[in-house]
Amino acid sequence: MLYAILCYHDEDTVGSWTKEQDTEVMQKLAVVQDKLARQGRLGPVARLLPTTAATTLRKDDPPLVLDGPYAETKEQLLGFYVVDCKNLDEAVDVARDLGAANPGGAYEIRPVGLLRPGSLPS
Amino acid sequence: MTDSAWIDAALTSARPQAVGALLRYFRNLDTAEEAFQNACLRALKSWPQNGPPRDPAAWLIMVGRNVAIDDLRRSKKQEALPEDEAISDLDDAEEQIAERLDGSHYRDDILRLLFICCHRDLPATQQIALALRIVSGLTVKQIARAFLVSEAAMEQRITRAKARVADADVPFETPGAVERSERLTSVAAMIYLIFNEGYSASGDTAEIRAPLCEEAIRLARLLLRLFQSEPEIMGLTALLLIQHARAAARFDADGAVILLDDQDRSLWNKSLIAEGLALIDKAMRHRRSGPYQVQAAIAALHARAEKPEDTDWTQIDLLYGALEIMQPSPVVTLNRAVAVSKVKGPEAALDMIEPLAARLSNYFHFFGVRGAFLMQLGRNDEARTAFDRAIALANTSAEAAHIRMHLDRLQRDSQARGKKAGK
Repeated sequence: MLYAILCYHDEDTVGSWTKEQDTEVMQKLAVVQDKLARQGRLGPVARLLPTTAATTLRKDDPPLVLDGPYAETKEQLLGFYVVDCKNLDEAVDVARDLGAANPGGAYEIRPVGLLRPGSLPS
Repeated sequence: MTDSAWIDAALTSARPQAVGALLRYFRNLDTAEEAFQNACLRALKSWPQNGPPRDPAAWLIMVGRNVAIDDLRRSKKQEALPEDEAISDLDDAEEQIAERLDGSHYRDDILRLLFICCHRDLPATQQIALALRIVSGLTVKQIARAFLVSEAAMEQRITRAKARVADADVPFETPGAVERSERLTSVAAMIYLIFNEGYSASGDTAEIRAPLCEEAIRLARLLLRLFQSEPEIMGLTALLLIQHARAAARFDADGAVILLDDQDRSLWNKSLIAEGLALIDKAMRHRRSGPYQVQAAIAALHARAEKPEDTDWTQIDLLYGALEIMQPSPVVTLNRAVAVSKVKGPEAALDMIEPLAARLSNYFHFFGVRGAFLMQLGRNDEARTAFDRAIALANTSAEAAHIRMHLDRLQRDSQARGKKAGK
């Protein structure tokens, strides 16, 4: 069974780390990740840019593009995509296409700051 | 993270919201600040024992308000009051107040708090000092250090600024759309000033003043989270992020300035640049351009170039052209001329800056840039005159040292030529 592990933390706290503190945490995480990767058990790992860079597509009819992160609490996180796009416009278009296929709810669009593609056997 | 580090971080990040709300209750900056201080003292006692509250800002606002009301009552009537433990059950009350703190109020609370600091009667340096003290919660000592003045002088500066603000009429009603947007513009300008205080430092002072850049970025992000659909706030945040991304590459070991073309680009902070680029991308979708967005776009073109020769100077020239229309200023034209020199050559650039001579006759960069154009054209005597003038006008020793480097090169060139001619 594949498991997704979703990372939550206070953005202000993480954002106020010094570069050295940040590097230290990332190095410690890399040790854990490397072990999993060697065992062929690590899928993609992503670190997202801050929520200030987020855009949300509400899958209403018609769909509504809003600045900022997804802020409601009545819906739950059910899945995610990682898509290569030239810019935010393209990413919003992708989200619209997905939304047309599956209306209702919302997509939060976040630029990925760091991606490790992972080493899962296909 | 240790308890105290966690609590410090929580108090700092709750501060703008808590002081802003307390200011709305008490309509007096000193009372609001004191109430917040008292709430912090109680937090330091209570949080390690009872665990952190769900919403630290709501906790601080409620406790701060209760304590201040008690103090007011106590000073009015000299009668005994119940101990704080008896006043309220914080757990129940916290939930109530947290519900009332739905975004609508606190957005304007924080904006008001920032706006008070940029009162138009205050000189820029006082605005910045006041904001760092009241909104960011830096100590007078920290601020004095960043401004390279004594603690006593800074204390006096802040006290004066506060007195002025106290006399001014601060509007407490919820602002209308036009007023909100005016406040936002003033506050954005102040955040940019804070950043520049840090960014324009050089040499030994660069490291001491770097926290000002970080604080400005923190405030810009805070503002952006409150006003998520303002493209100019996205532009401002992007501009600060991209400029700050170059911090590690801007000075050599002796503290001398390294110009953009000569910087080691591997030292640029990639994740700050990525964040800045993402914000510009987001801002552009609004099709409402403005000076911060344009400046951020210019910074982004520099950041995107892996080597100096990859820089898209044509696009930079166009963007400066747009900025000249939005914000006409000889300094903008001077910057544009640098782009023009790369696209059309130094002759065209020189023609462009000649009309600025009268208005920029005391501006260091004008003579530095002019000297560089003349040098490129081989008009070395004129270049030397311009560089001499630049040195006389230099604001920092790093600026002077940079110009001296050019003069040395001119000297070497003319000696080499003299030898050739003599043969």
